[in-house]
Amino acid sequence: MLVDIRNLSIAFPSATGPSLAVREVSLSLGAEKLGIVGESGSGKSLTARSLLRLLPDNATVTADRLEFAGIDVLGASERVLRGIRGKRAGLILQDPKFSLNPVMTAGAQIAEAFRAHRRAGRREAKAAAIDLLAQVQIRDPARVAGAYPHELSGGMGQRVMIAMMLAPDPELLIADEPTSALDATVQAEILRLMEDLVSRRGMALMLISHDLPLVSHFCDRVAVMYAGRIVETLAAGELARAEHPYTRGLLECLPTLTHDQARLPVMARDPAWLA
Amino acid sequence: MSRLRTFAAAASSVPITLFGLVLVTFLIGRVMPIDPIIAIVGDHAQNDVVEAARLQLGLDRPLAVQFWLYVKLLMQGDLGRSVMTSNPVTRDIAQYFPATIELATVAILIAVAIGIPLGVLAAVRRGSWVDHGVRVFCLAGHSIPIFLLALIGLLVFYATLGWTPGTGRSDVGLEGMVPDVTGFLTIDALLARDWESLRDACAHLVLPAGVLAYFSMAYIARMTRAFMLDALSGEFVITARAKGLSAARVIWRHAFPNIAVRLVTVLALTYAGLLEGAVVTETVFGWPGLGQYLTISLLNADMNAVLGATLVIGLSYLLLNLLADAAYRLLDPRVR
Amino acid sequence: MRRIGYWTRGYGERDAASVTRTTWQAWLLTDAPASRGQAAWGRRYRLWRDFSRNPLAMAGLILIVLLVLAVAFAPLLALQDPAAQNLPQRLAKPSAAHWLGTDELGRDVFSRVLFGGRVTLGMVVAIVLLVAPFGLAVGCVAGYAGGMADRVLMRVTDVFLAFPRLILALAFVAAIRPGIPSTILAIALTAWPPYARLARAETLTIRGADFIAAVRLTGASATRIVLRHIVPLCIGSLIVRVTLDMSSIILTAAALGFLGMGAQPPSPEWGAMIATARRFILEQWWVPLVPGLAIFVASLGFNLLGDGLRDVLDPKQR
Repeated sequence: MLVDIRNLSIAFPSATGPSLAVREVSLSLGAEKLGIVGESGSGKSLTARSLLRLLPDNATVTADRLEFAGIDVLGASERVLRGIRGKRAGLILQDPKFSLNPVMTAGAQIAEAFRAHRRAGRREAKAAAIDLLAQVQIRDPARVAGAYPHELSGGMGQRVMIAMMLAPDPELLIADEPTSALDATVQAEILRLMEDLVSRRGMALMLISHDLPLVSHFCDRVAVMYAGRIVETLAAGELARAEHPYTRGLLECLPTLTHDQARLPVMARDPAWLA
Repeated sequence: MSRLRTFAAAASSVPITLFGLVLVTFLIGRVMPIDPIIAIVGDHAQNDVVEAARLQLGLDRPLAVQFWLYVKLLMQGDLGRSVMTSNPVTRDIAQYFPATIELATVAILIAVAIGIPLGVLAAVRRGSWVDHGVRVFCLAGHSIPIFLLALIGLLVFYATLGWTPGTGRSDVGLEGMVPDVTGFLTIDALLARDWESLRDACAHLVLPAGVLAYFSMAYIARMTRAFMLDALSGEFVITARAKGLSAARVIWRHAFPNIAVRLVTVLALTYAGLLEGAVVTETVFGWPGLGQYLTISLLNADMNAVLGATLVIGLSYLLLNLLADAAYRLLDPRVR
Repeated sequence: MRRIGYWTRGYGERDAASVTRTTWQAWLLTDAPASRGQAAWGRRYRLWRDFSRNPLAMAGLILIVLLVLAVAFAPLLALQDPAAQNLPQRLAKPSAAHWLGTDELGRDVFSRVLFGGRVTLGMVVAIVLLVAPFGLAVGCVAGYAGGMADRVLMRVTDVFLAFPRLILALAFVAAIRPGIPSTILAIALTAWPPYARLARAETLTIRGADFIAAVRLTGASATRIVLRHIVPLCIGSLIVRVTLDMSSIILTAAALGFLGMGAQPPSPEWGAMIATARRFILEQWWVPLVPGLAIFVASLGFNLLGDGLRDVLDPKQR
């Protein structure tokens, strides 16, 4: 088992006492592709980031078990965590405009990730960076390596991000809304690229998104989160058999081309879901 | 190319500001109720002598013409003669200014060396006692009058502990021993390979520069903290941490370079502020710089010298502002 | 504590007290205020709650309140006449008769520092009253009118900003005549540009807001828009700026006094007091240090207060 989470809760202090952003989430992941779906604020990003302990300082995390490849992440020292971050689990963030360092060239950022976990010289790292850029299907890798992030398009930026996270050859890739900031035409390309790389390297993937059909298309399993809880976990092919009203609501809200719909239905939220 | 153009656009506003600067100093010179003629020819001069001097200075002509003459002389580097030293003000300034620059430069080096790490530390440990400590330290730096700090410094380090020499720029015995090449005593001593003078010059610099540095240090630390908090909240910091980099590397290689450009701007402005602080510091420490020259001229109502020094400091201020702007435009890869 | 409450007041009484407390708090903190007044007071209460949680800001507030009280009641608090000379008693150490010792003419330092506070605070208030409305007016007009007026006004502002404050003030005072009125005038002349800049920046952001467009559609005049809708929104950041600026004004005034260009002796202005007592720093060090500390404390008080106010009123600057 690569990832094993039991009863994870994450709380933040607020004016009226601690408020829970993630409530007793349990989750496990082998060498597979898991999608986590939910609306903003449902706690899906926090859950994923807690695996690398990359939460804001004021977050309080409690869990019966929070393990990555048998390592207790909650009790791990910073040193052990750095052995996980990047090296064994990569994290791809939403918008390359913000998630790439604006004053460092793309090549330097990839080379840095490469060198952080391997003994390699500057020259070797630079060559590796260009090779990685070629692997994420960038046509002119040498030029892109020398470019600053603001000189790249969103799709290119996200490819750089992927190259950077693949550099140390991790076992798990966490992609936190990797395509939400991109144009619709580029989204599919990036996802296909990611899926392709993940399958070829035999990596596990945790894909976080608010787009249920998209996720079910690329993943083996889908976990649906609502208000800090996982309300339902389904095999990707069985979405039609979803039981929780929230999941059904999400599916019904989709516009469709195959049959007529007068108006898109609006989700009727039941306070009982929060219980 | 486009960067150069935007910079040129910024620089084009300088002549207008410069013109305003000259106009203001000129007007200050003319509103003075002490008759400038009396200051030149003395209180007991004959009426015809006064009249002759008035004509010679062109004071009988309309204000606009007088201003034109003032500007024309200024273009030739002529700021008039100082009554006090009876030298051309330009020569006086050339003689006194290097001492001020030397003092301000050492002060800013001290301020940067301490202020930036403090600011970074406060931002990284936000909300901890270190952060609060730095905050109090900075607020105190903004609140303490520089002459009080200077007096306390003299009382403690010179009179009580005897760690530093007293006032002045060098010991009496060593004065004039080093040939004047650049006007910067430390550099001149270095050029002359006169180690005793170099040691002495440095010893005399430490206390006034340290006193002068405190205010700037507080300002730099505060700005560094604010910028750094901003940078540390960036998503790219999460990316850097997710790569498995050490905290030090995330802070100094990722977050810090992102604020470096803005810090350079702050430094240029701080340096300009130091010129102002130098006026008071130099007075307390008997430092023979432009600040002391200005205060002595003020007390002697030596208006040419006052206006000359004011104009030069204003000019330096303007120049540093321009440099800050240039640094921002040329160094940041994101500037369009 | 709880026990005392239990015996002295009994349960019923305490409950009543806590109920009234929670009701007025609830009234202030409600999410659905019934009137504009309730909303405004609720906002003020929330700001005050945030502010009073910051120990440094409260320290600043207390310092300033104490300072104002001390200055207001200076004639009652002072042990002696601040101008009364007593040459045999000159440069005396602090004692029961002279809490902070005496100066070179045997005058009581404590009394002089108290009365010096009147001079300093008086100057600061006068300068702020001159500068803040003027800067606000210039900035709002420039920002709202735009175009040529904006360019000219901002160019003038830039010229005044191009001088270091103290230097320009020194030159002004030298040209007129050293003294308190010219100090006020000189500092005022150098202090207004940042207010104009601030007010202009605020006006520019507010001017484009939809609610201003709505007000304009109802036919409001430019004057009305500026006075009723733009100026009130600038006040918050202006207050923060003024409070933080107070300390810089105090320091500039003191520096002028110290350099002999501000208030003139025998006025007990703090900077001037240090200037005359400076030569005693090595022997009778308390004589110059006491007014110096007074400057420091006053200026620190305003800085702490301004810093706390900024956190509350201008959270994005944190």
